[in-house]
Amino acid sequence: MPKRTDIEKILLIGSGPIVIGQACEFDYSGTQACKALREEGFEVVLVNSNPATIMTDPEMADRTYIEPLTPEMVAKVIARERPQALLPTLGGQTGLNLAVALAEDGTLDRYGVELIGAKLPAIKKAEDRELFKEAMQAIGLEVPRSGYAKSLAEAREIVRLVGYPVIIRPSFTLGGTGGSIAYNPEELEEAIRWGLQTSPVGTVLVEESVIGWKEFELEVMRDLKDNVVIICSIENFDPMGVHTGDSITVAPAQTLTDKEYQLMRDAAIAIIREIGVETGGSNIQFAVNPENGRLVVIEMNPRVSRSSALASKATGFPIAKIAAKLAVGYTLDEIRNDITRETPASFEPTIDYCVVKFPRWAFEKFPEADQTLTTQMKSVGEAMAIGRTFKEALQKAIRSLEQDRWGLTLDKPLGDLEELRAKLRIPNAERVFVIAEAYRRGMATQEIYALTRIDPWFLENIKEIVQFETEIQSAGLAEPAVLRKAKQMGFSDRRIGELCGTSELEVRKIRLGQGIRATFKMVDTCAAEFVAHTPYLYSTYEEEDEAPRTERPKVVILGSGPNRIGQGIEFDYCCVHAAFALKELGVEAIMVNCNPETVSTDYDTSDRLYFEPLTLEDVLNIVEKEQPLGVIVQFGGQTPLKLAVPLQKAGVPLLGTSSDAIDRAEDRERFSALLTGLGVAQAPCGIAHSLEEAQGIATAIGYPVLVRPSYVLGGRAMEIVYDEEDLSRYMREAVRVSPDHPILVDKFLEDSIEIDVDAIADGERVVVGGVMEHIEKAGIHSGDSACALPPYSLGDDQVERLKAQTKALARELGVIGLINIQFALKNEQIFVLEVNPRASRTIPFVSKAIGVPLAKLATKVMLGRTLAELGFTEEREIAHIAVKEAVFPFVKFPGVDVVLGPEMKSTGEVMGIDRDFRKAYVKSQLSAGSPLPTSGKVFLSVKNRDKRAVVQIAKRLAEMGFNLVATPGTAKVLTRHGMSVEVIHKVAEGWRPNIVDLMKRGEIALLFNTPEDGRARKDSYLIRRTAVTQNVPYYTTVDGAQAAIGGIESLLKSELEVQSLQEYHARP
Amino acid sequence: MKKPALLALADGRVFRGESLGAEGEATGEVVFNTAMTGYQEIMTDPSYKGQIVVMTYPLIGNYGINDEDVESRRPWVEGFVVKEASPTPSSWRGRRTLDEYMREQKIVGIQGIDTRALTRHLRDHGAQEGVISTEELDPERLAAKAQASPGLIARDLVREVTIRAPHGWDEATWDRVRGYREPPAPRFTVVAFDSGIKRNILRQLVSVGCKVTVVPAFTPTAAVLEQKPDGVFLSNGPGDPEGVPYLIEAVRGLLGKVPIFGICLGHQIIGLAAGGRTYKLKFGHHGANHPVKDLAAGKVEITAQNHGFAVDPDSVKARGLELSHVNLNDGTCEGLRHRDLPVFSVQYHPEASPGPHDANYLFHRFADLIERAKGG
Repeated sequence: MPKRTDIEKILLIGSGPIVIGQACEFDYSGTQACKALREEGFEVVLVNSNPATIMTDPEMADRTYIEPLTPEMVAKVIARERPQALLPTLGGQTGLNLAVALAEDGTLDRYGVELIGAKLPAIKKAEDRELFKEAMQAIGLEVPRSGYAKSLAEAREIVRLVGYPVIIRPSFTLGGTGGSIAYNPEELEEAIRWGLQTSPVGTVLVEESVIGWKEFELEVMRDLKDNVVIICSIENFDPMGVHTGDSITVAPAQTLTDKEYQLMRDAAIAIIREIGVETGGSNIQFAVNPENGRLVVIEMNPRVSRSSALASKATGFPIAKIAAKLAVGYTLDEIRNDITRETPASFEPTIDYCVVKFPRWAFEKFPEADQTLTTQMKSVGEAMAIGRTFKEALQKAIRSLEQDRWGLTLDKPLGDLEELRAKLRIPNAERVFVIAEAYRRGMATQEIYALTRIDPWFLENIKEIVQFETEIQSAGLAEPAVLRKAKQMGFSDRRIGELCGTSELEVRKIRLGQGIRATFKMVDTCAAEFVAHTPYLYSTYEEEDEAPRTERPKVVILGSGPNRIGQGIEFDYCCVHAAFALKELGVEAIMVNCNPETVSTDYDTSDRLYFEPLTLEDVLNIVEKEQPLGVIVQFGGQTPLKLAVPLQKAGVPLLGTSSDAIDRAEDRERFSALLTGLGVAQAPCGIAHSLEEAQGIATAIGYPVLVRPSYVLGGRAMEIVYDEEDLSRYMREAVRVSPDHPILVDKFLEDSIEIDVDAIADGERVVVGGVMEHIEKAGIHSGDSACALPPYSLGDDQVERLKAQTKALARELGVIGLINIQFALKNEQIFVLEVNPRASRTIPFVSKAIGVPLAKLATKVMLGRTLAELGFTEEREIAHIAVKEAVFPFVKFPGVDVVLGPEMKSTGEVMGIDRDFRKAYVKSQLSAGSPLPTSGKVFLSVKNRDKRAVVQIAKRLAEMGFNLVATPGTAKVLTRHGMSVEVIHKVAEGWRPNIVDLMKRGEIALLFNTPEDGRARKDSYLIRRTAVTQNVPYYTTVDGAQAAIGGIESLLKSELEVQSLQEYHARP
Repeated sequence: MKKPALLALADGRVFRGESLGAEGEATGEVVFNTAMTGYQEIMTDPSYKGQIVVMTYPLIGNYGINDEDVESRRPWVEGFVVKEASPTPSSWRGRRTLDEYMREQKIVGIQGIDTRALTRHLRDHGAQEGVISTEELDPERLAAKAQASPGLIARDLVREVTIRAPHGWDEATWDRVRGYREPPAPRFTVVAFDSGIKRNILRQLVSVGCKVTVVPAFTPTAAVLEQKPDGVFLSNGPGDPEGVPYLIEAVRGLLGKVPIFGICLGHQIIGLAAGGRTYKLKFGHHGANHPVKDLAAGKVEITAQNHGFAVDPDSVKARGLELSHVNLNDGTCEGLRHRDLPVFSVQYHPEASPGPHDANYLFHRFADLIERAKGG
């Protein structure tokens, strides 16, 4: 069937901010869809609140709305744009839920918008567990026995039938939010309460446990002619009971016979037909009983998912792109396979390598969180590795995580066998390393299997790796056969060095001397049956290297690796722009990255893609082979930056700002000298190599001080300490200080305004991209604070001074490319906090706000173009204002406090854009999942220092008709100012109802709570935690509260309007 | 360390690896198979007689060898080539390792070589003769041996794999709980020529209601007609279809007298019996992911394939056979149907095993054809 001609304009909905369970993969899928649909001549309207995405680049769609992803706001876009169709399957669960809401509230019918890809009944059948179960039974497939509960009593009744343990799955939640496992009645009670709370419809599924069964996934595609193909099978290393997002996963399935695999394939095909997903990709999960092969269906995602992104990268089959084409009427056999060019997309990829995906967790950021892995996803990112064997892929995946781990080694030593057994039995982030340790201690596969239920095939492969370590140790580096085998098993040079007592570079030298070098193979969808035309490569140690370098000038871009807090999609965005810019310049763009979620690892993005770990060894392999003009390390965040010095030492040319300039900005002493030389102020500071030194510095510059280890990103272990006792605790608990690892002690500029400036420089000219004023005062990590561009409260003269200092610093450092500077403004004085001569997290936000692709320009500058040649010589004045707000994963981590500080905790960001600052702020809050109320009760509880500020806030709220509720202390102050306040008990006072009761009853519409510093903070912890679980909008800073109130005022005056980026940026 | 082994191709390319399975020497045409599962079925498929099979998926033997997943009475591959054979398989049905099985069955293999490089070489230079050896480790001498070996063209390998005397069949398709099921009550009788027939074809035939008599490939027309079967089935088998003139002759006598269904070699035999032409493909189709379009329905099925020869559809057009299925990768003929007679055939493997079940409908189509022929 050819493409449909009855539709012209298609609406695509993105997935919003990066959260746990929904990351870059939906930027990848959305971007592919935009490209595919426009290639076919359709007009694409896109809505997404996440500015850090490639899909929201104004060139990607015809109309790009960076607006809140709520049914009301998307309805406004529909009313304005009148698309004929909505493609709901490419924006994750968020996009799908929104489409369902718009279908159900009649918006789609009202405007004549057709759902393409998946219709409402199919979506409901797949998403509603009860309907899904019925559908499975109708086609003769088994599902775990289960029942639906709306109360604890109903849940107990079901458990009576299916027996413990049971799995609790709340309906309509994301990434398994609210899911848990109950082994006994007490746990059941807790699990049901938690589950009912998180389900938007207040129902949970109570299900027979298939914990310990083998878990598989199939990626399925279907077209309008009912042709169905399986793109990829995935086997989870961790058995059932661990969310697949938290499992190590392997493609293809390793331990199924063909007979069993084909039964699963038949089931998948029957399922997609029965559910009625018309076109596109779906993901189906199965559990298999290892004792007898019994197959049960777990669930189906009737949309492109995280696993689809993984499957696309694992096979080279672009699921999202093909899904988009199928949605507009093409059939699989009408679409060409890009890689082979000659064969059609109606086939099943076959691969001749093994793929391992390894999750990356961020528990170090949330030490209070329970680190047990369950059915609720907790990881924030993932790395994928490709090898010719599982062993090689696993070891490559481990070093791809960039956690300073180079093999199957433990982070910290384990105690006795009992501790080891517990760590094997209870799923946790370290488990695979504990398995290796168990083998080292002589434990048998059988016992490890009994404890972990991880398939013995995987265990035995780990055993082989562990056993080979001994061989490496005894052979040393003298035995080429052993060394070659070690490399084939995926051992890093660094790990081999550890085992042989020598350095990474020494191992490299020796093995190159023995002729043992990496060879590169192609990912080609077909196991080499056909010639491949897309150089999508991975390294291995085989005989043949099949990708000779081209003769074109080329540049290597180092990506940012797995997502983590502090380094995510923003940096991938910059790397993708670098690739686009290189292509525009006619330079071959070579991308190196290992994050399967990203646009950068789409084989379409660059001219050559190396899916490889970002370590010195792996990067040197590529650079030595490719001989590029240079390497770009500015864009991928800390990952490539860490490699700058070792690469330069190895003689690799780096493009852009010199590494000496980077060092001047990072080395504390050289940095101080730089600022002094320019007459720029810096907060008093010092470097401490011991506790005594730290105390001395703090006393000299005066408390409070900001303390942190040197060389960190995302504010890791950064704290504000208020007195000597606090400082001692920090030095004792949070960091290990040593002469090699000094601590930076800075005077904390209390109550100062923080400002971020991003600029671009070509060595001579400096142009400021944007000046961003933080909403929250100093003390909150810049990645966690909201900010406005242009500044909303600064005077023109202040902004001019900031720009002048930025230019002076960029010139002095000889910046070629991007620079980010963080300033603090206190009592009219400007202090420089930090200078980062590289792409910052705010580059995509600024680029979207001002309509200039800064990363692209910076790449061109690095290749020798001047800003004058590029036509960017003046700052862009804008008539609108953009607000960035951070999004946090607190709901996933029960027991974690939500107070913000100097350590970054957010996973993602949203942007609100409007011509009115207050409206832009309201939009940013709405997008961040915190819709501001216009009536109801507001709860206020502030620390003593904020009592004065709270009076103003309360007055304005009362004037707008809100009812005030406060704890006794705050209430007293407000009453004194003539306001009527309902007094409510603090939780600690023991009286009921207390504030938490009120929140649980849904009586509180808004919450302002500025907690005391340090220990006193615990009192109000429960209030904030309840706000998170009850989804009550809350503010923990006075500045945030004030901005919120401004927003509410504007909301009461007029409702929100939507406008596209293209309109904002239209130049007369 | 395992014993060293060498694989030499007729054109001189040599791969060094380690011994897998039996020690010794094996000669055959080297072909690659891109299926990721089903190595046990592949090894026991008689169509591989005369061939050394390279598995493109690098990790083979993960689920071991079981007692059920066999397609004939023994393995037939001359040699087996893998990147890494699992020494410690895991499956609830697994009984022994790949290496143990190959030793028992005296199959010579090689592991630890760059199978992707080998595959690319075969793709670019064509399938060719090769020798695996654990004895002759001199590359030049081994390559000379490969060059000297006879090849497949016009050789009769069918005679080496077919049965000596007719027999019946009463095992139906597999499921997890019951294993191979009891067949339903038969509705009609079918004579199945065994040119190296895969058991799953027989299981499929009895599952759709055929009472099957399996006969040797050299059974003449008269002996078949004597049995007054409701239908005749022509099986898959090894080598060049032109190497089995007696079978072509027998089929020529059956055309128009009884409904006929052919698979793989059987399909090629029908083409030749009708007066058409077959030719050798550069490296053949061996795998489980080939897209085939059913031209009548316009639908695509993912198929299991294993053939090195193909029918030239233009050569049979005038003989009443029209193209019914086409390979979407390279446009080759995948199926024929007679315009007037109850005869149809496919080049690929609807019985799967290993491979997808998409084309299973063809066995029902055969049953319907027989039913119509009986009724009319």
